Amino acid sequence: MAEAIAVPSGDRPAAAPPRPRRAASRRPPAALIAASALGALLVLLPLAFTVLQAERVSGAEAVELLVRPLVGELLVNTIGLVLATTAASAIIGTGCAWLIERTRVPGRQVWAVLAAVPLAVPPFISSYAWVSLSPDLQDFAGAWLVVTCSYYPLIYLPVAAALRGMDPTLEEVGRSLGQGQLSCFFRIVLPQLRPALLGGMLLVALNVLVEFGAFTLLRFRTFTTELYAEYRTGFNGPGASLLAVVLLVLCLICLLAELRVRGGAQYARIGRGTRRPITPHALGWMMLPVLAGLAALVIVTLGVPIGMIVYWLTQHAAAAISPAEVSASLLISATLASLGLGLAGAAATVVLALPLGFLATRYEGRLVTLLERTAYLAQGVPGIVVALALISLTIRTLHPLYQTATLLITAYVIVFLPLALVSVRAALVQVQPALEAAGRSLGLGWPAVAWRIVLPLAGPGLGAAAALVFVAVVTELTATLLLAPIGTQTLATQVWADTSTLAFAAAAPYAAVMVVLSFLSTWLLARRFATTRFLNG
Amino acid sequence: MAELRILGLAKAFDGNPVLRDVSLTVASGKLVAILGESGSGKTTLLRLICGFEHADAGTIEVDGQRVAGPGLHVPAERRQVGYVAQEGALFPHLSVADNIVFGLPRRARRARDRVGELLELVGLPAAFADRPPQALSGGEQQRVALARALAPGPKLVLLDEPFSALDATSRAETRGAVAAALTAAGTTAMLVTHDQAEALSMGHEVAVLRQGRLVQVSDPLTLYRHPRDAALGGFVGEAVVLPGVVKAGRVTCALGELTLGTAAADGCVDVLVRPEQIRLAAGTCTIGVHARVSGITFYGHDAKVDLRLLQSDGTQTLFARVAGHQIPAPGIDVRLSVEGEVIVFPINRAVIDTNSPT
Repeated sequence: MAEAIAVPSGDRPAAAPPRPRRAASRRPPAALIAASALGALLVLLPLAFTVLQAERVSGAEAVELLVRPLVGELLVNTIGLVLATTAASAIIGTGCAWLIERTRVPGRQVWAVLAAVPLAVPPFISSYAWVSLSPDLQDFAGAWLVVTCSYYPLIYLPVAAALRGMDPTLEEVGRSLGQGQLSCFFRIVLPQLRPALLGGMLLVALNVLVEFGAFTLLRFRTFTTELYAEYRTGFNGPGASLLAVVLLVLCLICLLAELRVRGGAQYARIGRGTRRPITPHALGWMMLPVLAGLAALVIVTLGVPIGMIVYWLTQHAAAAISPAEVSASLLISATLASLGLGLAGAAATVVLALPLGFLATRYEGRLVTLLERTAYLAQGVPGIVVALALISLTIRTLHPLYQTATLLITAYVIVFLPLALVSVRAALVQVQPALEAAGRSLGLGWPAVAWRIVLPLAGPGLGAAAALVFVAVVTELTATLLLAPIGTQTLATQVWADTSTLAFAAAAPYAAVMVVLSFLSTWLLARRFATTRFLNG
Repeated sequence: MAELRILGLAKAFDGNPVLRDVSLTVASGKLVAILGESGSGKTTLLRLICGFEHADAGTIEVDGQRVAGPGLHVPAERRQVGYVAQEGALFPHLSVADNIVFGLPRRARRARDRVGELLELVGLPAAFADRPPQALSGGEQQRVALARALAPGPKLVLLDEPFSALDATSRAETRGAVAAALTAAGTTAMLVTHDQAEALSMGHEVAVLRQGRLVQVSDPLTLYRHPRDAALGGFVGEAVVLPGVVKAGRVTCALGELTLGTAAADGCVDVLVRPEQIRLAAGTCTIGVHARVSGITFYGHDAKVDLRLLQSDGTQTLFARVAGHQIPAPGIDVRLSVEGEVIVFPINRAVIDTNSPT
């Protein structure tokens, strides 16, 4: 899902040397530290557990377990797919962004939405669609196609935003200094796109590394599918935890690189004030090929998944390779289970993200940075590693929690804490301390300040955070599959079960409800962000 | 260093004319200020000369070479016209030095030729070379932008409201540095501004643009002392406009009989008096027009004094500028006299006829 949303950097006055945050020499209250530490520790729990598990393996045994053809194959598969997907996504994402933002392609606004929407289709849903279209579409090619279609918006969105935010005056100045169009693109536009492009590429890589459902359905072996297979076939402790550590290391490398890119190079506009709108390029004879290309992209990324779901909805259950009855009562109970888990997961995650967000926006210091960074670390911990760690942990020490909804929700909190934190932080930044001070000086007590100032300003942002986590939980497969209490079926597990047994018609209603829920929330979020962007200028 | 010659230039956006029949010549090495309110077309004029927009009609010649004309549009990158944007528009991904050498050939860029020399020209220390543009104040950014524009040795430099985003203190300082750098480089330059003080103080010549037309092009002194019409007089500086009558080389109005700056035909006129020409004397003084001080706005170095004339029906109001150490008490009576020559503009007879009851 959209973990890619970076906190926008506000324009700051050019005259003063940059001051990172609101000055706060005060020490944060102990209760706030404790509440924030809870979220951070929760993130560290599966991470530390996995590493400790792996440490038990003796050196010689570890070498034996790691240096074997299987690990080699997994590495080649995983890294090969990561590179191929990242490259393809970079080309498609940047190409789309440039065409939509900088040329006079007809229907720019419509294309802008259509290019971003595929992010709302979970990859295992699109692999269900592709597998049911043609069973031949498997292995590397299938995996490449499916994950590229799902994740290229992670590059399209930031690059399009960067193109939109770029001051056209810079290119004009370049031309007045004797540089042609092409030279201006390479010497002015591209360097400024680099943070958005690199950051997006690393996010794509990270998402490919942790993807599980799509690869299982497409029978493509990566670290995640292998971890799952080992768990199913008896849970070989040391071998699995070593594989998990290799995967963790790959993920953390991507995450750290992404944080570096995002933190290091924010080419905010230097000046302020109004900007001349960008004059888009005329396409000329390229118009038709460009339109055909964009249409083809939409057909592949959205047309096939939606089309196949609709097709299987209209087919009799027996038409699929494995006939299975569609049960209305099962559909209702799975929908309710997904909704319930989604709401509980969203509430729990936002509640844990709130103290962290408050701490990060109002206080400074090493401890504050450490807690915040730890929470973001969860982005680099694959869901399957979290789930497996929680399972071993509960089996050994916290047995009453094993196979409970509480454990599943804990996993959601760990996996989606960074997602919630980004939005919560952005929401709390809206409430400048000066506004609260103004409220107090007008005679308001702190409950009144919270009710009349903080809530109206931060409320929509907190709601957006909850909505993001809700969609992420509803479309989450890995942790749900491993941790759902026995007898609990969700939309995601049903799609997975039916597709695994090739009962495509039976899977269709669950997939349809999931996609509708996902689109609906994405649409609501997009509308909200469209208006706030307008308000904030 | 080159001459700029513009002839009959016109431009319309979506059928709305923005520039109409603009002709202007800027002599080699001179700085001309284009003065106009927002929407007067001054930025469009600048963008046409830069080559960012296509002209609808007319020609532009730089250094004797035609860069725009019927069927001709030399692209911006081949015009050798430097451009300093409103907020500098420094490349945020490049250091100050790399910004300055941006327009030089590759080899000169590597050698960072002329960086020190150009920084010195715009009055910045050489230590600024390695700083990122974000670390500079607004005024410093504008100076770097000018150094960058001057680096490739352009035939002409155009500055688009370069000081409007700066605060008052650094504006004055930056204006001085920019004027000095342009003089030292000897480059022909055109400065676009909506600030009359900026235009008058910086331009060797000032061209006033109003609704897409050039209404007057002259040196700053002439523009201030002899504006073409009363509205222009009020635009280039503060003005008190009173009805008056010219007879035999003298003009009479509510402020008494005044000296004409230039000869005018007998008849009804508008009299334009600059508020700093109006002198206040104590009410006990024997000469001057009686007035009462109705309000004072104090600025420190000077003050604006609102006055109401006591003669006739007592409704005529005007204001004067007096030095900060000479302000009268509010409410007291004073006597007014006018120092120096005043400007008159004949009133259109038809307007008088329709307005007067007779």
